[in-house]
Amino acid sequence: MNQGRYNVGKLALELVMLAFGLLFFFPLYLTIINGFKTYNEVVTSTTRLPEVFQFQNFTAVWNQINFPGVFMNSIIITVVSVAGILLISSMAAYQLVRHPGRTSQIIFLVILSSLIIPFQTMMIPLVKVAKDLNIINTIHGIIIMYWGFGIPLALFLYHGFIKAVPKELEEAASIDGSGPAGIFFRILLPLLKPITSTIAILHSLWIWNDFLLPLITLSSVENKTIPLAASVYFGQYTNEWHLAMAALTLAILPIMLFFLFMQRYIIQGITAGAVKG
Amino acid sequence: MTARTRRLITYAAFITPALCFFTLIIFIPFLRAILFSFQDWNGISSEIGWAGWSNYSELFSDKGFIRSFTFTVKFVVATTVLLNVISLALALAMNLSLKTRNFLRTAFFLPYVIGGVIIGFIWQFIITQLFAEVGISTGWSLFQKNWLSLPDYAFWSLVIVTVWHSVGYFMIIYLAALQGVPKDMMEAAEIDGAGPLKRFWNVTVPLIRPAMTINLFLAISSGFKGFDLNFALTKGGPFGTTESLALHIYLDAFTKNLFTYASAKAVVFFLVLAVITLVQVAVMKRREVEM
Repeated sequence: MNQGRYNVGKLALELVMLAFGLLFFFPLYLTIINGFKTYNEVVTSTTRLPEVFQFQNFTAVWNQINFPGVFMNSIIITVVSVAGILLISSMAAYQLVRHPGRTSQIIFLVILSSLIIPFQTMMIPLVKVAKDLNIINTIHGIIIMYWGFGIPLALFLYHGFIKAVPKELEEAASIDGSGPAGIFFRILLPLLKPITSTIAILHSLWIWNDFLLPLITLSSVENKTIPLAASVYFGQYTNEWHLAMAALTLAILPIMLFFLFMQRYIIQGITAGAVKG
Repeated sequence: MTARTRRLITYAAFITPALCFFTLIIFIPFLRAILFSFQDWNGISSEIGWAGWSNYSELFSDKGFIRSFTFTVKFVVATTVLLNVISLALALAMNLSLKTRNFLRTAFFLPYVIGGVIIGFIWQFIITQLFAEVGISTGWSLFQKNWLSLPDYAFWSLVIVTVWHSVGYFMIIYLAALQGVPKDMMEAAEIDGAGPLKRFWNVTVPLIRPAMTINLFLAISSGFKGFDLNFALTKGGPFGTTESLALHIYLDAFTKNLFTYASAKAVVFFLVLAVITLVQVAVMKRREVEM
């Protein structure tokens, strides 16, 4: 396959791919530059750079959707949900792996097989359950729901990983007098770091970007997450494109920066999650 | 307290949280969805009546449901084929150790980390504003049409945006598999006189079958569950022609208050998805080769 040589053919391929790569980035570039234009500039030409950068679009959007507030909602929901999923699933996986038997096997299989149920099948009764429990339209309510929905995949990934961790360390700690909690938190948890980061990345991206669950459970303005808040600019009758693009820029900036800085881990984590899942 | 009871208490203490949240958020709603599908309830009244099989018999003659079912199947076929073909082509090109591969990987993967709703809004802008502009300046009739108001064009808009959104993810999985193909095997095939096409077909493809199983599964299941783009880009329109099953069920339940009827649709949706993905994985797993 001429792996080593760099010839004309390869240069051509490189240029084609480069053009394709830039084309991929183009929609995001357009979003960002149009966020800095006046409405008239946007509708005359989407591709031209702004004559004067209109920072007031961003201050307007910032205040209209209360960006600091929705940003904090998204952060709190994502962080607390993921932290809970990691803790709850790793604890359960630990005991399920270390005490195999009929009970453990049944619990594991039942939880695992729920991975095949699409969210849409559960969402209608879920809203009723949430209303009955009085956790609808609350931040802690949606966090509890993410705990529930996040457990199956996380438990599955932890289960597979812990099976390959040798028991000897835990047994040694047990002889030295550590209790099960001490063994779990001080011995096992540090060993689980690689799979923990995979699960954390997979679930953070999902929860940060999720739209349907917040849409059906968070109705009041002060509880909105970023995707919900940005959708205000895409109602039936509005086409204030300059503000809409500023809002979308604010919405994509945090996750783009996070991705660019953490790229290696994110790509690794997502690939590992997909291949094992 | 004996050692056995202590072990039992530890076991319960570690597992109960997971079991509780799983039961509350997944298990009960799932069973209740099945129950709902045999009931008749508008979401408000305190009485929930029984409906027998009537929800199910009704949905098979529901034009809106059948239309959204057909749309979803067509969408899944188109996106599954295009996502896999394009991502494999990109991965093969990237695997030739291009100088710009790091930049390319970032560019192709970047859209995937952004949520589907935001992506849908971005493309709503691009299709209504940029495409119209291109149409005026070039005179190409392709861009003079309003894509989102014509059923066929709206369908392909969704397919194109879906491919743009997730092709980088599929590419990464293929690329990881391609990097696992041993070089000496390719060289041996080359010495034996196999041309590039033959090498690809007889050496590379069998070795990356596990990645194909994963990617087909991901494409099929995410295609079936598609909601965000249909919600944000086409809003199911024009005339409901791009209403995915997920969006259709959402609209029935939460804008028309047909909770029990929508639950029957959701159960059918679950059964179809479960059967298709289980068959696909079972068939493809059997064809994978052990290294």
